[in-house]
Amino acid sequence: MAKECAVSKLDKGFLVCDETRSGLIPALQEIQDKKGYISDNDMQAVADKFGIHPVEVYSVATFYSFLTTRKRGRHVIRISECISNTMAGSRKIEKEFEKALGIKISETTKNNKITLERTGCIGMCDKAPAAMIDDALVGNITVAKVREIIKSLK
Amino acid sequence: MQSKREGAVIFSGIEKYAGIKQALEMGRKEVLSEVRDSGLRGRGGAGFPAGVKWNLVAAAQSEKKFVVCNADEGEPGTFKDRIILTEYPGLMFEGMIIAAFVSGAEKGFLYLRGEYKSFLPLLNRVLGQMRKDGVLGKNILGKKGFNFDIEIRLGSGAYVCGEETGLIESLEGNRGEPRNRPPFPVNTGYNGFPTVLNNVETFINIPHIVKKGAEWFKSFGTEKSAGTKLLSVSGDCKNPGVYEVEYGITIKELLKIAGATEVKAVSAGASGECISVSQFNRKICFEDFSTGGSLIVFGKNRTMIDVAENFLKFFKDESCGQCTPCREGIPVLLEGLILIKKGECPKDYLDDLFSLSETMQLASKCGLGQSSPNPFVSIINNFKSEYKLSKIAKKEKVFNG
Repeated sequence: MAKECAVSKLDKGFLVCDETRSGLIPALQEIQDKKGYISDNDMQAVADKFGIHPVEVYSVATFYSFLTTRKRGRHVIRISECISNTMAGSRKIEKEFEKALGIKISETTKNNKITLERTGCIGMCDKAPAAMIDDALVGNITVAKVREIIKSLK
Repeated sequence: MQSKREGAVIFSGIEKYAGIKQALEMGRKEVLSEVRDSGLRGRGGAGFPAGVKWNLVAAAQSEKKFVVCNADEGEPGTFKDRIILTEYPGLMFEGMIIAAFVSGAEKGFLYLRGEYKSFLPLLNRVLGQMRKDGVLGKNILGKKGFNFDIEIRLGSGAYVCGEETGLIESLEGNRGEPRNRPPFPVNTGYNGFPTVLNNVETFINIPHIVKKGAEWFKSFGTEKSAGTKLLSVSGDCKNPGVYEVEYGITIKELLKIAGATEVKAVSAGASGECISVSQFNRKICFEDFSTGGSLIVFGKNRTMIDVAENFLKFFKDESCGQCTPCREGIPVLLEGLILIKKGECPKDYLDDLFSLSETMQLASKCGLGQSSPNPFVSIINNFKSEYKLSKIAKKEKVFNG
């Protein structure tokens, strides 16, 4: 995976090397990981490297809920709102996050640190209420744990 | 890979790489007939016989073939693959390797849902060890010309990519919009090449079947649903978790295991049936109460209309929007449900909603659209005491739907 590749020229940190269309989503995921979102310029650059129209890149980037074309917080908290989670009180947890962060769902804190979102089932129904804190799956969240979680985010 | 869990098939003990070694000894043809004879059906929910898929790919003439493992479980209430991916990943990869051996594929993909990204280091470590052990790479276990390796691709939070052709579109770098079927992935899969595409749980059954035989496998389960099923039980019960049960177990028996008392309803995820106590003698298997692995338990004080609302909202969020019945139908059902909740839905309008549901089930392009009306239909039919219809006739009401 580590050979020099098209997208790597975009930014030295990128290691994606599959220049066929199949490599498009990994390339976008990489940008998302490194920069937190995929800017218009990045979409144009990716389109150039893959030899496709930027609108195609945009159409793919906007299809997936974990890819974003708008700036957001350095950390993303996604609270699962599937039925097992709602029954276990995920709305209460959500309210506590909103209170602690001073924002509403789908908003980002003023210092661009944390974005709060809802998401579908994250496969943690046995440990509901659960959330994704960036890439980590965290289960059995209690109101008391909410502030702890926020504190742990640098 | 010591088994920590107990179960008849999937969690029954098996030596590391025993399945692959056995497969190499038996040869392609014999492995194929063993898988076919076992009656193993796809564990993702659709239940297509794995042996038939494998035979078609093996028989196809093509310069390239692929093996893809669907680890994009997104059905609400499903987390069985999480357990396999974190506790038994090697055994699942072994299943993929055997599929490659039989079909002649040299490249495999694990399509891992974005939500499970944190499993990547562990999975890559397992793959690295398997390369060192010579079960991945060139000339696997000394078998000349048997080359195969697995790459992990991440999803990015789209439920519809769990549909096989949506998944392939996503792998190819496109929006995960399902394709028309036919053609099926067995002849027109990844980049147009024949592709074996199975669920995580289907693959993990394979080493057991190859090593222990089709007859042994068929001794579990029912006539039409051989083997066992991993069930993810969640909701109102004392012991939520993953259980390996034989097909044919009744809902009642399962609820006992899960420590659920005072149960009002059980639902097979969002896209499955939602049934009430009177049907708890039904059996969990393809021919009766079918589930892809999700079993959500609802206690006595839950409002089922709210449950249907949650499910429909989920489908509304996850519909890819390319075909009309699904894109336009779900919001209409959702609006109708709100009317029912308020007691303002006329009887003849409800009939219209049922007929719309039927259209969606028949005319939607993929499994998501086809199953999206299921929670509406089954909850409205099975929990009639939870709502009242309006006495006013439809024409006297104004709808924005």
